[in-house]
Amino acid sequence: MAWLKKLVGAALVLGVVGAAAGWLLSAPVKLDAAALAQLGPGDAVRGKRIFYAGGCTSCHAKPGSQGDARLQLVGGLELKTPFGTFVPPNISQDPKDGIGAWSAEDLANAMLKGVSPSGHHLYPAFPYASYARMKPSDIADLYAFLKTLPAVAGKTPGNSLAFPFNIRRGIGLWKRLYLSDQPVIPLPGGTPEPVMAGRYLVEGPGHCGECHTPRDLAGGIRKSEWLAGAVAAEGSGVVPNITSGGSGITNWSEADIANYLETGFTPDFDSAGGAMVDVQRNMAELTADDRAAIAAYLKAVPPHPNGYPPRKKSTN
Amino acid sequence: MRKLVIAISMLALAASAAFADPILDRQALMKERGKIVGGLAKVVKGEEPFDAAAVLTQLQAVQENAEKFDVEALFPKGSDAGDTTAAPKIWEDMAGFKAAEDKYLSDVKAAVAAAPGDVDALKAQVGVLGSNCGACHQSYRVKKG
Repeated sequence: MAWLKKLVGAALVLGVVGAAAGWLLSAPVKLDAAALAQLGPGDAVRGKRIFYAGGCTSCHAKPGSQGDARLQLVGGLELKTPFGTFVPPNISQDPKDGIGAWSAEDLANAMLKGVSPSGHHLYPAFPYASYARMKPSDIADLYAFLKTLPAVAGKTPGNSLAFPFNIRRGIGLWKRLYLSDQPVIPLPGGTPEPVMAGRYLVEGPGHCGECHTPRDLAGGIRKSEWLAGAVAAEGSGVVPNITSGGSGITNWSEADIANYLETGFTPDFDSAGGAMVDVQRNMAELTADDRAAIAAYLKAVPPHPNGYPPRKKSTN
Repeated sequence: MRKLVIAISMLALAASAAFADPILDRQALMKERGKIVGGLAKVVKGEEPFDAAAVLTQLQAVQENAEKFDVEALFPKGSDAGDTTAAPKIWEDMAGFKAAEDKYLSDVKAAVAAAPGDVDALKAQVGVLGSNCGACHQSYRVKKG
């Protein structure tokens, strides 16, 4: 029975090594000094653009708020997903309930690395897998703008997630698979500037791919179907294909896309609906150049068939 | 008074005859609505010249379309099933849905009453009308493949 003892021993060693490796691999990693050095002083006027490009208010304003109330980032929306319910927290300037006590470094670690000031993993429902592609100086600008917004007291209820998604440490492994600061779509040298600028806005702050791209079983973005549309991860229905394939934007001109982002109207005068209504309102706050850049990039993205099943035509 | 009653019952009769398939009917009304508002938007964007009389005619067409949008008849119980992008929330929150439609109608009537004299006035009105589209579609429509 010596072989059995050896086997058990080996299994134990493997188990311990595996657990240790898992623990090490899942550790939260903050930004290094070189990245933090790029933050710079931050400018609130420029930060306003990043705030709207990033769509912060879509999830962090009190649900249903309109006008200036959308700048009260008290949180409380419920994102019901297959993993459980995520509740975007208070990110107003309240020092206790919000992020008023955060430094610019704290915000950068949250947005670029998905790590909280206390050194814990944040859930990627907060789209840092996209924000990771942002320039640190844009985070510093955003930080300066957030400082100009009101402090609103009020803690949101926590997330309610199913096992094993409720184990935060596991996010470390998820990040090893899906967190990257590299662009999704490689663009050759000599690509027109608006396309490059649009890539940054779409893949980074705009985080369009978070809803418009199908996810795998672990909740990671399928980059091979980038922007192909997806069954909605939250709520019901589908999120449309925004490539020039399938039922996407083949017949939309760049001007059509830019006009949609500004006004909410499609070329045939349907209107934005669902979660896109808030997104479009944010896009309307950007400059015409930024909207044109987004349009130029979307037309340059490789076409894909729809990332969602065809509509059922039953009549019962 | 009697004339009014007769008129209303005739309207109701016409309505019940016209709305054989509520899903198709409401889709047709929505398509028509988009088309008329789209025509006005072309004027706002400068793709078509501003002609006060033509604009007023179009605004009146928007009102006519809005008045035809009888929520009770177009969204009866059970018409959430089938080939429709109407969100279940319509039937869960019928009062809210009706209120949204009422607000749209009153915005349309206000636009007709204050017929725009120039492109800027029209732009402001189309902006108000258009905000209704998004507000309603945000909650009461589900995008499907």
